[in-house]
Order: sequence, then structure tokens, then C-alpha cells
Amino acid sequence: MTLHDTTVTRAPVTLTMAAALNAAIQDAMRDDPTVVLFGEDVGPLGGVFRVTDGLYAEFGESRVSDSPLAESGIVGTAIGMAMYGLRPVVEMQFDAFSYPAFEQIVSHVAKMRNRTRGRVQLPLVIRIPYAGDIGGVEHHSDSSEAYWAATPGLTVVSPSNPADAYSMLREAINSDDPVIFLEPKSRYWSKAELSLPVRTAPMNTAVVLREGTDVTLIAYGPTVKTALATAELAVAEGLSVEVIDLRSLSPFDDETVGASVRKTSRAAVLHEAAQFGGYGAEVAARLTERNFFHLAAPILRITGFDIPYPSPKLEEYFLPSPDRILAALGTWEWN
Amino acid sequence: MSLNVESLVESPLTAPRPLRLIDDTGRAAPPDDAAGFVLPDPATLLSLYRRMVVARRFDVQVTALTRQGRLATYPSALGQEACEIAAVAALDTGDWLFPTYRDSIALLTRGVPPEQILASFRGDWHSGYDQNAHRIAAQATPLATQALHAVGLATASKLKRDSTVALTLLGDGATSEGDAHEAFNFAAVWQAPVVFVVQNNQFAISVPLDKQMRCRTIADKAIGYGMPGYFVDGNDVAAMYAVTSAAVENARAGHGPTLIEGLTYRMEAHTNSDDPSRYRDAGDLEIWRRRDPITRLDTYLGEVGALSDAERADIRAEAEDLATDTRECMTRSAPVDPLELFDHVYATPRAALMEQRAFLAAELAEHAAASASSTSSTAEAGGTR
Repeated sequence: MTLHDTTVTRAPVTLTMAAALNAAIQDAMRDDPTVVLFGEDVGPLGGVFRVTDGLYAEFGESRVSDSPLAESGIVGTAIGMAMYGLRPVVEMQFDAFSYPAFEQIVSHVAKMRNRTRGRVQLPLVIRIPYAGDIGGVEHHSDSSEAYWAATPGLTVVSPSNPADAYSMLREAINSDDPVIFLEPKSRYWSKAELSLPVRTAPMNTAVVLREGTDVTLIAYGPTVKTALATAELAVAEGLSVEVIDLRSLSPFDDETVGASVRKTSRAAVLHEAAQFGGYGAEVAARLTERNFFHLAAPILRITGFDIPYPSPKLEEYFLPSPDRILAALGTWEWN
Repeated sequence: MSLNVESLVESPLTAPRPLRLIDDTGRAAPPDDAAGFVLPDPATLLSLYRRMVVARRFDVQVTALTRQGRLATYPSALGQEACEIAAVAALDTGDWLFPTYRDSIALLTRGVPPEQILASFRGDWHSGYDQNAHRIAAQATPLATQALHAVGLATASKLKRDSTVALTLLGDGATSEGDAHEAFNFAAVWQAPVVFVVQNNQFAISVPLDKQMRCRTIADKAIGYGMPGYFVDGNDVAAMYAVTSAAVENARAGHGPTLIEGLTYRMEAHTNSDDPSRYRDAGDLEIWRRRDPITRLDTYLGEVGALSDAERADIRAEAEDLATDTRECMTRSAPVDPLELFDHVYATPRAALMEQRAFLAAELAEHAAASASSTSSTAEAGGTR
């Protein structure tokens, strides 16, 4: 095997998001011997979504290992490894299977720097394949971002495309803070031509993906594609839609999003997760608090219903679609 | 056919005799009880004795300070000194300790100054010592969570080919937690250089061990994970030290984890806000007082001629000095800076958090100005009288 120099830009190749994530971990492990990877099925199998494909073969058992099937154990041991100078990257396999690790994440990962008055930091990444639209059976399609985003001490990000997937995962692995890295499952097979090691905007910033003048659609992870499709459809209706990809849920990029909302004076936030107490509530509240006199209409939340994630035949009725989004925008008074 | 546990276990639910080297009365235990372990030499035992006496004086002093309302809370380890001190004594300086809220005397024995131990109990900050310098993780309050951290750190040590061993202290109640199971299992599967010392003080606040589990001993559980388990007299510091040292060296040599159960008794309440008379028989306390770890070793060392009255006096003086230091450190004010609240949340400051910091700073300045003007107006008012 010839090893590429991870610092030199390589010829462009077409990569899926899963392959871009794989390349990010591979390059990070080549650059930094303290990066270790473990979780369920991440070894010889290469992960159920193949994000860790080939890494076991390249780096061996000491740096890439299948762990016992226990998420609290995975995160809890990653904490101890990070305390001893390693940079663990662990996988939760599916969103809803991260819940056994809730206590370790909320009580220890998030709080360790604070509990120890800054003396102990935990540079670790918890990768969570998340959200639906893949026809998954129950417990395989949850959007759990609000739990993590509501927890001080965690950095919570979600890429929506292969370039960001690579760039943001590299940055997450380099971060001295623990990062919850939410990978939108429905976007794993999306493709882009990339010249690695591609670097996009900093991980903690939002970006304007499409400029518009009438309304700002605020999306992240899986709903970015929906927002872009909506903006395209809206052209026929004479509506100019600006699309923001938040990328980072915590911290929230008040500056970028606020500027857009002040420009368009209307905004809607999209997510798959249920509406009540969801992340969109925070987005709508803080944008309203800071930009009320620039707003022409209340900020809308266009989200999943307040129900447990539905079974595969019913998920199309649950997920916010471009039609539903356009209909929601039509409920505003336009004058 | 009916199936019951009794039909599966030869000696149904009867705990075996714990491994011990010195019995309740302070005499060398019979070889059957020693299970091949050898009594440490008198100099080692004397050192353990000294540290137990000093630790107990600290514990008693801090409980007194708590009763006086000087500390928010203090979970005492009175009666558990043998487990605590043996665990620390078995470690090298490079090894890591993962303690719980009850293990303050282990911190003391590892060299953390009283003021830094008490910082958390008097409410200065969540953890008051330098975890990296002492190689002691912040005391864990959520049960058994720290056991996984110990396994992770030990595994990292193994991956780096270091000789660092991790030791974690747990209580009997904590073994019911899922994280205890996961820690035991991960440690065994990964052959992590980690030692689990479970202090079975027989109560999880008020709940006795027979409501936590149905097996004979906690140590028996080790069999199910594929690691050695030892059921030890937790009030015999000689046995606890011999077994824990062997486990630490075994881990260091690359032979994986060990589970040690020290059978002991929590002589104090769970914390100062607890009332053990509601759930414990006073007679039990008397029985366990007769098994006291310090009295027993005092007798033994006296009889083998390794502890003179002059040495006893010397150790008592050291303990009293520490108690004095501990009282004095409570009189020193430890000002807390409200603005430090924002300092240790993220490596890089966040804009939104800095806004909240500025908000609090403005609020503090306003209060300070208001209190200065009320002081000056009081002074003016006083001046007019």
C-alpha cells in the first residue's frame, strides 16, 4: 500500500459521505498516532455503514478495535483513554443506541473540564449515525440532537455533504473538546468530487448555501437537502429562498444566521426531530430575542410531528417535505 | 421439574469465610484463611497502621466539622480504613486512582492536602485538587461510572506499552449498576491493567446487600467475567494490602484485571443527613466495633513487638497535627470568583457564553455599586445623628 502524504492536496475523486468520513478518520490516524477508533462492528466489518472500512487492516487491533456491545462502556472507556493522552473516536452505531451512554456523556464527557477546573480535558469524538429517511425499523431513525445540544460542555455538529463530512470530522478529531458528531444516515450515499484533504468553513460556523432575499430556511444534517430542493421549487412561485446550513448546533452561529434573518426578515427552521422542545424552538427563540424588530413574521418550525419516529411505510408522512415547507411559508401574510 | 438457585449451588447462598491474615482479635490467622497470601513484614504493617490512624483522625475531624455546619456534606469512611489505605499503598506513584465521594481518606493518604480535599464538600468547586499531579480522578458521585474511566485509562496505558495501572474504588451498591458490569466485562475482554476494589460496607445508604444481589459474594461475580476474584476481610489491612498489591503487580505484568471485595462496615451514617437508626441494628455496630481494623492491627503489632507506646504517641501526635491543620484550613477563606463559572466549559471561549459572562459581570458591578452607595449613605446617616 502506498501512503499518501496527508498534507498534500490529492487529485479530485468522487466520494460518498461515508467514504469522505472514512478518509477523514484514516488521514487523522495517519497524522496522529494518539487517534484510536473503537465501537461495535468497526473492526474487520468496517462498521454497519462501512465508515470505518479498511481501517482495521491498515492500523491493526491496537488502534482499531471491536468493543463489547455496550455503549456506556464505549464512552466510559473512551473518557479514561482521553485522560491518558489518546484521542478516541468512538461510534454509537445508531442514534437510539446511544441512549445507554447518556449518563457517561452528560455527567462526565460534558462536565469533565468543568469538574476539574480545566485540568482534565477530553479530546474525544462520539460519532452517531442519526435521523431517518432510510426505511429503518424502529430505534434506527431517531433525531436525538436536542438532548446533546441542551448539554453545556458538548460541541454538537452535523455535516450535510461529503466535503463538510471530511473537513468537520478532521476538525472534531483535532478539537480539545469532546464533540458529538451527528452523521445524517440518509446522506451517507450522497456524492461529491473532492480534492482531499479538503477544508471547508470552520466546524463551529454556519454557512449560507444559497442566497435569497425573501425567506431564510435554516437547516442542518438531513434537512439541508430538503431546504435546497424547496428553494429550487420556490423559484417557480416567485419566492427567493436563502438556505443556511447550520453545521454546528452547539455552538450556534448567531452572527451568520442573524445576519441572514435581518436581511430576509422571515425565517423557518427545519428538522426531522419532533417539534415540542426540539432544537428549532431554541433557534426560533434566540433569533426572535435578538432580531424581533427586523422580523416581518413569526419564525416557523417545520419539523417532524410530536410522535415517536414512525415505521418505514409511514415515514414519508412524518418527514418535512418541500411541499409541506412551501405550504407552511404560504401561511404567512405576504404583502 | 422445578429449578431453583439452591439446586445449582453447592453451598446455597452462604458466604465463604473471607481471606484474612490477621483475625478479629489481632492474631495471625490460620493458613486456611490466608489462601497462600503471606503476612506483610512488620515495617510495612507499621506504615499501614500509621496511615490508618492518621486517616481516621482526619475522617472524624471532618465529620465533626460537618456537624458544625462548616461543610455541606461529608460521606465518612469510618471503619473502612483498611480497604482505603491498602488500595492506595498498593499503587506506585505513576498509577492512577479512581475514587468515589466516600474515599476522601484515600486522597489524603495519596498526598492531597486537606484543604484541597474539602474544597468540594464546602462548595468551592466540584473537585479541588490537581487530578493529573496526584493521578487521582475527580471523585465520582454517579455510581460505578468511574470504573469505566479506570478501564479506559488502563487500556490506554496498555496500548502505549506503559506500566501504569489503574485502581478504582467502588461500593457494594454500585455493583448493581450497569456500568459496573460493563467495566468488569470490558476490563476482562481487553485484559486491561486495572484493579477493582469493592468496599462492601453492607449498605447502599439504607439498603442492605441482600436487596442488591442474590449471589454469595461480590467477588464470586468475577468468575462470570473471566477474571480472578477475592473475597477478603476488609477490616484486615494486612490481607487487603497483600491481595491488592498482588493484583496490581499482576495487572502490571500484563495479566489483566482483578476484582477484590473487602467485607467491611460503614460505622457512620451515609452522610450527615442520614439516620441509620431507621434501618440498622445498633447491635451490629457493636459487633463491627470489635472487628475494628486499627485496634486489630494495634494488637498484632504490639504483640510482635513492632509498635511501642512511644511510637503510638508519635503517630497520635501526627494525627492531631493533621486534625489541627484541617480545622485551620477551614478558617482560611477561599474566595470564589463568580466569573470563573465561565472559564472551564470549553477549550475555546464561545461568543454566546462570553455574552453571559459579561451579563454576570455587569450584574456584579451593579451590586457592588449599590452596596457601596448604601454603605456610604449609612455612614452619612450615622454622621447626622
